[in-house]
Parts: sequence; C-alpha cells; structure tokens
Amino acid sequence: MEATFELAYALDTFYFLICGALVMWMAAGFTMLEAGLVRAKNTTVILTKNVALFSIACTMYMVCGYSIMYGGGDFSLFLSGITGDGATGAEDPATYAPSADFYFQVVFVATAMSIISGSVAERIKLWSFLVFAVVMTGIIYPVEGSWTWGGMPVFGMYTLGDLGFSDFAGSGIVHMAGAAAALAGVMLLGARTGKYGADGSVNAIPGSSLPLATLGTFVLWLGWFGFNGGSVLATASVESANAVAVVFMNTNAAASGGLIAALLVAKMMFGKADLTMALNGALAGLVAITAEPSTPTPLLATLFGAAGGVLVVFSIVALDKMKIDDPVGAISVHGTVGLLGLLLVPLTNDGASFSGQIIGALTIFVWVFVASYIVWSILKATMGIRVSPEEEETGVDVGETGMDAYPEFTAK
Amino acid sequence: MKLITAIIKPFKLDDVREALGDIGISGATVTEVKGYGRQKGHVELYRGTEYTVDFMPKVKIEVALSDEIVDSALEAITQAASTGKIGDGKVFITNLSDAARVRTGESGAMAI
Repeated sequence: MEATFELAYALDTFYFLICGALVMWMAAGFTMLEAGLVRAKNTTVILTKNVALFSIACTMYMVCGYSIMYGGGDFSLFLSGITGDGATGAEDPATYAPSADFYFQVVFVATAMSIISGSVAERIKLWSFLVFAVVMTGIIYPVEGSWTWGGMPVFGMYTLGDLGFSDFAGSGIVHMAGAAAALAGVMLLGARTGKYGADGSVNAIPGSSLPLATLGTFVLWLGWFGFNGGSVLATASVESANAVAVVFMNTNAAASGGLIAALLVAKMMFGKADLTMALNGALAGLVAITAEPSTPTPLLATLFGAAGGVLVVFSIVALDKMKIDDPVGAISVHGTVGLLGLLLVPLTNDGASFSGQIIGALTIFVWVFVASYIVWSILKATMGIRVSPEEEETGVDVGETGMDAYPEFTAK
Repeated sequence: MKLITAIIKPFKLDDVREALGDIGISGATVTEVKGYGRQKGHVELYRGTEYTVDFMPKVKIEVALSDEIVDSALEAITQAASTGKIGDGKVFITNLSDAARVRTGESGAMAI
C-alpha cells in the first residue's frame, strides 16, 4: 500500500505541475491574442503589460494572495508553511505537494489579470495598470477566491458552498472576476479616440495581426486543458483519471462548438466570416464550459460552448452600442459568457442550484466591480489612468516604452 | 527626353517590367503608393463593423527615356497593365530637361 500511495502522490503532483505549466502558457496566448488585436503602434506596451502582469501576479500571490484565499482565516505572509510534504502531517492528507497547489493556483490569478489587459488596451498608462495589477492579484481576487474555492463566509454573513454554488474551474471566480475589473476600468477610461462617432456610429479599428490573434487563440485553447483538466486536482486513480479524460474531451468540444456557432452567427449577421468573432467564439465556448466540464455529455458540452459562441457575438455588438470600448472583446468573452457558464452548471450537476449560482455570481461581480472601481478611481485621481491625446495618436509604444514593436514597418 | 509615370495595379508590376524589358528599356523606379480615382475604395468588415478603405494600394513606375521610344513604351505599359476593369491606373508623360548618371557624371540622353 505504501508504494502505491507514493506512486499516486508522485503522479498527482506531477500532473498538477504539468497542468499548471499549461495554464502558465495561457499568458502567452493572451499576449499574442492582444498583440494581434491592437494596432501596431500599441504593440510593445501590450507585450510589456502582459509579461509584467504575469510576474506581478506571481509575486503578489506569494506575498499575500494565496494566504488570503486559502489560509482559512489564518493569515501569513510569504507562504510560510506551505512548502514541504503534503502526505504527512495534514489532518486530511493531500495526494500532492503543497507547493504544487500554490503553483497551480498562482497561474489562475495571472489569467484573471490578463483578461483586464486587453480591454483597457491602446489608451491606458502602463504604470497605472501595473499598480492596479498589484492590488487585483494581491487582494481583490484572493478575497473573492476565499469566499468560493477557499470556503470562507462572505464578510461573515453567508457561505456560498452551502447555498449550492459550484464553479469547477472558474467561469465566475477567474473569468467573470477579470471581466468585472476590466469593465470598471473601461468605464473610467473611456473609449479609444475615434472608436465612436458623435452621431453614435461605431468605427472599426482593425487589429494589426490576425495570424498572431489566431495563434494566441490556439495557445489559449491548449492551455485550457490544464486550466480545466488540472482542476480535477488528481489523476492517479481510475475515478480521477476518468474524470480528467471527460474534462479534456468536454473542454475541447465546447471550444469547437463556440467557434462554429460564432462563425455562423457572424456570417448571418454581417454577411462575412468574421475571423476575430470566430476566435472570440472559441474562447467563449471554453469559458462557458469551465464552470462544469465534468458532468455534461460531449454533445451537451458542444451545445454549451455553442451557446457561449452565439452569446459572445451579441454581447460584443451590444457593448459597442453602449460605447463600452473593449478592443479584444474580453468583457464579453469572460464576463457575459462567464455568467452563462455559471448558470449552465445546475443543468448537469445536481450539487448546484440556480439560486446558489446567481447569488455566487452577484457576490463575485459586485465585490470585484466595486473594489476595482474604487482602485481605478484612486489611480485616476492620483497618477492618472489615460495617456494624453497626443500620445494616443502617435501610439503608446513610443510614449510609454520608447520603442516600436515593428520599427522597420513604421512610417517615420 | 521624357519621364513616364505609370500608376498600375500592384499584381501587374511583373508584366509591365517584362514588357518594358522586351522593348529595351533597362531601368525603372518602383514605389508602393495609395490613391483614389473612379474605382473609389471598398468596404471591409472587422468585428461586426464595416469600414471603407478609401485609398487603394497601387504601384508607381517611373521611367526616364528618350523621345523616340516614348510611344512604344506607352503602348507596352498600357497593354501589360490592362485588365479591362476599373482601377487599371493612369500613365502620365512629362518633359525631362536633363539627367545625370551619378557614377560617371554623364548627362542628358547618355545618362538614361
């Protein structure tokens, strides 16, 4: 038995780490997607923001975030006590190393923060964004994480788990949370110059590289197998191995359903196969299934993904009508569809209830939106959050980083 | 001496270069340009929003040549660049007062 346990411990830990590495790679996916959907003159800043936010997220989650989220009320700085052996000592012996859990959790924080980066692109001040990243990844996200995956009561009032709230890998906890912070930022920032005409017209601002946007989408798709697959938390038993395989299969099915649906809806609505809508559709399918990838049948997973793919197109068009300028569609992909994902859970998972899902979604959204709105407002009043009109016109790259992303292609 | 400035569809550049070569013209300068004419722009779609591209990409060819081959050069260019559809381009011919070859200092017709 001892040898079997050691093997299971090693295998679960290894699986956790590999899945964490896949999720880490989603940071590259977000970076390429965003770099493709902004104009060439704003590319260096989007790249800088993404590498910096990833590093800030990892550091702040180590400093205090992980402890706030999973400390169970016992706060300790700098992860004291989480290294070491998970097999011995704990009341409920885990089958993986504690530091593997930290590694897997930390890349989720970075994902939530990456979502914000795209929405505020092309006009935000680099350093204000990075200060926001410190607060978001160190406090705002870990607090709502403590109420959900951490199992703590919300301000001591109610416990979401008792109300039938269930979010398997984070449609709400990670994706909608990121979108809520992004929405608050976009509302305070305003739209990019030239996006909306005085007569209410919507102007297209085409992205610089659709190959990069497509590559980014495929990278995210790949990383998502770690995101959802790793959230099974184990693979070293027949039961958990079966669950992992179902989650991989359903995650893939939902992405495919989302892409096909968005492509068809865009063709019907606009008359053309709109590639970037289709890419958003694949991501919407992934977000929709993330709240519960383990219980639907493959057909249902495809249909859930397709529902996300349809919804995301309408959400993007609706946000534009409301003059909420989101260059990459992240608020729609992760927010609107994140909510859909939560609401789909009770259809296949008896452990979740619609009321629990709605209360959970409201709790996450209100907390993240209000806290973010306050932080963005403070930044706006102190450092300022928006670059000058001249800097926006010439591109934030030269103003913020002093460097063009493609110097040989820029007209001087 | 004359200077021929031809604005043509970009994908016709190789045909025009070959046609000029066939009549013995040994040099030209090519620039990627944008402009508009009767062809107007066209409509593209991005994330559900249509937008017009007002300036069409074209290629500008500049050739300096002696008076006696202007007519054949003009014919070569118009034939090679023609598709019969709107947007085929224009050819302008201007008088050229002088020219100089940088390497040797030759001038006038000797320089082209």
